[in-house]
Amino acid sequence: MSIKISETLTFECETGNYHTFCPISCVAWLYQKIEDSFFLVVGTKTCGYFLQNALGVMIFAEPRYAMAELEEGDISAQLNDYQELKRLCLQIKKDRNPSVIIWIGTCTTEIIKMDLEGMAPKLENEIEIPIVVARANGLDYAFTQGEDTVLAAMAHRCPERNLLNEKKQEIKDNKIKKDLFSFRFNDIEQKNTKPKNNLTDKTPLVLFGSLPSTVASQLSLELKRQSIHISGWLPAQRYTDLPVLGNGVYVCGVNPFLSRTATTLMRRRKCKLIGAPFPIGPDGTRAWIEEICSVFGIKTQGLEEREKQVWENLIDYINLVRGKSVFFMGDNLLEISLARFLIRCGMIVYEIGIPYMDKRYQAGELRFLQTTCKKMCIPMPRIVEKPDNYNQIQRMRELQPDLAITGMAHANPLEARGINTKWSVEFTFAQIHGFTNAKDILELVTRPLRRNNNLENLGWTNLVK
Amino acid sequence: MKLAYWMYAGPAHIGTLRVASSFKNVHAIMHAPLGDDYFNVMRSMLERERDFTPVTASIVDRHVLARGSQEKVVDNISRKDKQEKPNLIVLTPTCTSSILQEDLQNFVERASASSDSDIILADVNHYRVNELQAADRTLEQVVRYYLDKARRQENFNVSLTEKPSANIIGIFTLGFHNQHDCRELKRLLKDLGIEINQVIPEGGFVENLHMLPKAWFNLVPYRETGLMTAKYLEKEFGMSYISTTPMGIVDIANCIRQIQERINMQYPILLKKKVNYEPYIDEQTKFISQAAWFSRSIDCQNLTGKKAVVFGDATHAASITKILACEMGIRVSCAGTYCKHDQEWFKEQVQNFCDEIIITDDHTKVGDMIARVEPSAIFGTQMERHIGKRLDIPCGVISSPVHIQNFTLGYRPFLGYEGTNQVADLVYNSFTLGMEDHLLEIFGGHDTKEVITKSLSTDTDLTWNSESLLELNKIPGFVRGKIKRNTEKFARQNGITQITAETMYAAKEALNA
Repeated sequence: MSIKISETLTFECETGNYHTFCPISCVAWLYQKIEDSFFLVVGTKTCGYFLQNALGVMIFAEPRYAMAELEEGDISAQLNDYQELKRLCLQIKKDRNPSVIIWIGTCTTEIIKMDLEGMAPKLENEIEIPIVVARANGLDYAFTQGEDTVLAAMAHRCPERNLLNEKKQEIKDNKIKKDLFSFRFNDIEQKNTKPKNNLTDKTPLVLFGSLPSTVASQLSLELKRQSIHISGWLPAQRYTDLPVLGNGVYVCGVNPFLSRTATTLMRRRKCKLIGAPFPIGPDGTRAWIEEICSVFGIKTQGLEEREKQVWENLIDYINLVRGKSVFFMGDNLLEISLARFLIRCGMIVYEIGIPYMDKRYQAGELRFLQTTCKKMCIPMPRIVEKPDNYNQIQRMRELQPDLAITGMAHANPLEARGINTKWSVEFTFAQIHGFTNAKDILELVTRPLRRNNNLENLGWTNLVK
Repeated sequence: MKLAYWMYAGPAHIGTLRVASSFKNVHAIMHAPLGDDYFNVMRSMLERERDFTPVTASIVDRHVLARGSQEKVVDNISRKDKQEKPNLIVLTPTCTSSILQEDLQNFVERASASSDSDIILADVNHYRVNELQAADRTLEQVVRYYLDKARRQENFNVSLTEKPSANIIGIFTLGFHNQHDCRELKRLLKDLGIEINQVIPEGGFVENLHMLPKAWFNLVPYRETGLMTAKYLEKEFGMSYISTTPMGIVDIANCIRQIQERINMQYPILLKKKVNYEPYIDEQTKFISQAAWFSRSIDCQNLTGKKAVVFGDATHAASITKILACEMGIRVSCAGTYCKHDQEWFKEQVQNFCDEIIITDDHTKVGDMIARVEPSAIFGTQMERHIGKRLDIPCGVISSPVHIQNFTLGYRPFLGYEGTNQVADLVYNSFTLGMEDHLLEIFGGHDTKEVITKSLSTDTDLTWNSESLLELNKIPGFVRGKIKRNTEKFARQNGITQITAETMYAAKEALNA
């Protein structure tokens, strides 16, 4: 076993025997994000059991999602898929009246080759509710990639920009033109005392990735400070508010796991992708804003000071983590960005496990990771795609990292063996984007370390025989 | 297809995994897509397991779909065989893999040739049995496998132990209070002078299974898991079994009397005297357990005729119904179970102790029933607890599915004489809470109930613009007041009069410093 830490980024690929959440878990945060949606997971008891247990208390709050549980008759095609789905969707329409029903295809629908994409348009016409199909299954994807499949499917439903453009060309009157143009961000526009002649007025910028609305407005504000207006988000708070896309629209991702969405936006919707590091950590946020500004030819203002200010506020946490080592087992694709941020905080990263590595979509982030390592004079971590948890645990035994960022299946056993752990899922659900939330990341990362400061001298670190 | 939000019993492979991972040094390999190993999370989180859950997946991905698993499953089995050297590897199909119809038995045979471990394929149909039935079946399968294996070998010894002894069958991981129940049962049997031959599957070694027939009888505390094994042992080795759940004073006595009968049957041959447990039952009932005294006490008198609803697995729901009705004089308006496969038994058990019986695995039906009956207390699962919350009815949790708070660190058996105390506490606390609540409502509630939300800024110069107010409303109610105060404090310190969303974030950042 080679535990050599190299000078350049090394990419490895292991067996893929690792623990992660099933991608259908994306319904948990997406149904909350998209207020008028209903998620129907077409799968078996296994999927249902996972959702029920993984989402814990949410299940009791009348969630806007349900299982279409396949029974033996569905598997052996004794029942007609179309009729069955129609029956369930009509019931959903009656009970909840959503603006969109999202079908989540699972492993089972893949194996029995249920033609969800084929049935959706027909049924959509019949019941008069849009039906979006996302194949978020465990055969192809891991955890957060579920969101990627949903957003990629939703990108096709966004209104087309060209129609609007043609209309606009007919309208000569400047005032009307402006009203039409700015109808999405008129709120922000009004508050600007002097109207600026911005490029983003003419070139719309759409951000993609689901964030809690507070975080979304924080990021919008950061960009507003640089006189950049966001013309829309994919997904928006409501399905009916999906952003306008099309030729000439700039798009930028806020999360590292959205490569399919990015591809769809570029290839199918002819948008221009801004490839930037992700706004995770103050360094990431600054780089992200700078990249966007450079595309629009805007000189950033006060960004450096702002970043510095945030770092200064984090000093207590950084004193705790400096020089400590981290091991990412890998399960949610946020790993590269988090590792980059933690390296900038002075930590040493031994290994970045990651389910899937899209080197093109994450190119900006990877470059940034590399420069951060150089800047901090820290050896480059190894990036292990499709990791093997068993091997990783062997490596961890040798390396004895100060912190392992890992799934819940391994957290308690590792703790019992004296290795501090942080659950990786928490990073998915916590607010970690932008300048404002940098502290929350470190709050999570330092929690086990702070716990240790309290329990250090009790002599019961290792609790297995 | 069925529209479903919640299920009481999990899918079949969970049952198989629970049994497999309860044995020591047994490894389960799931033939499953990525993400189906959620069982490991549950075991690690709910049971707070210190050890890695001995379950791995042989991942079914796109390639497997296209070309079949080929060498993958066999490789994974051999690899696990070398890494962990388990006694037994259980290849576990999942609902996904079972529709692929790969010849998993063939993989098992191929892997057996090159492995030191025994390897079996769990024999469960995912579309016909649930978690509990699958657990029952898998336990029987493992026991059968090892007894058959022992039979083929020369040294198979089925002679009974010298002293009376018993096997406890069906204690396993993620079971409702199983660990505590097991300890209580061991204590009970020890009091009766009976040795424990083996406890399976929890903590048992498969290599010891061939000694199961040495016990004088089998004790199956829960109906859901263990009966198949007990029946198999009865058929093959003439071992008698007792399946009366020793829960509640009356049934504990029944159970002990049955044990006495079994032991005395063997008396002429092996024991010099007959055993008589009556004095023990009497002593425990009247003076050691507090439950009998409790039901006589004035507290319990106040519960007379109060309405309750019971819902859970067959074992717990039936036992609790009987305890409430016979031992505490509570009126059980409705008793029910989600164990549809065992409904005949359940109906027979409770029919004279409740007004109505409900057999369903649809939680909305249970919720509707509770809303209609309006009981003073509910005894059910985690789901009924939430129904109770919504309807403002207290609930005692008596059965799986449960959440982490029911995997208690403290000693809380439901079985045996200590169990009767625990159940009495649970019942009494549920009702008094309900009564207290009711009285409070009549008399206008606790006077400290109102949280002091008065802010520092009743009439200041600070104004919140619409955007920031919107932002403020997004913050959960219980911290909103605090955030508001902090923001205003920050604004005042910085001479800001108009509070915008930006001010709020700035305040948050400043506070973090």
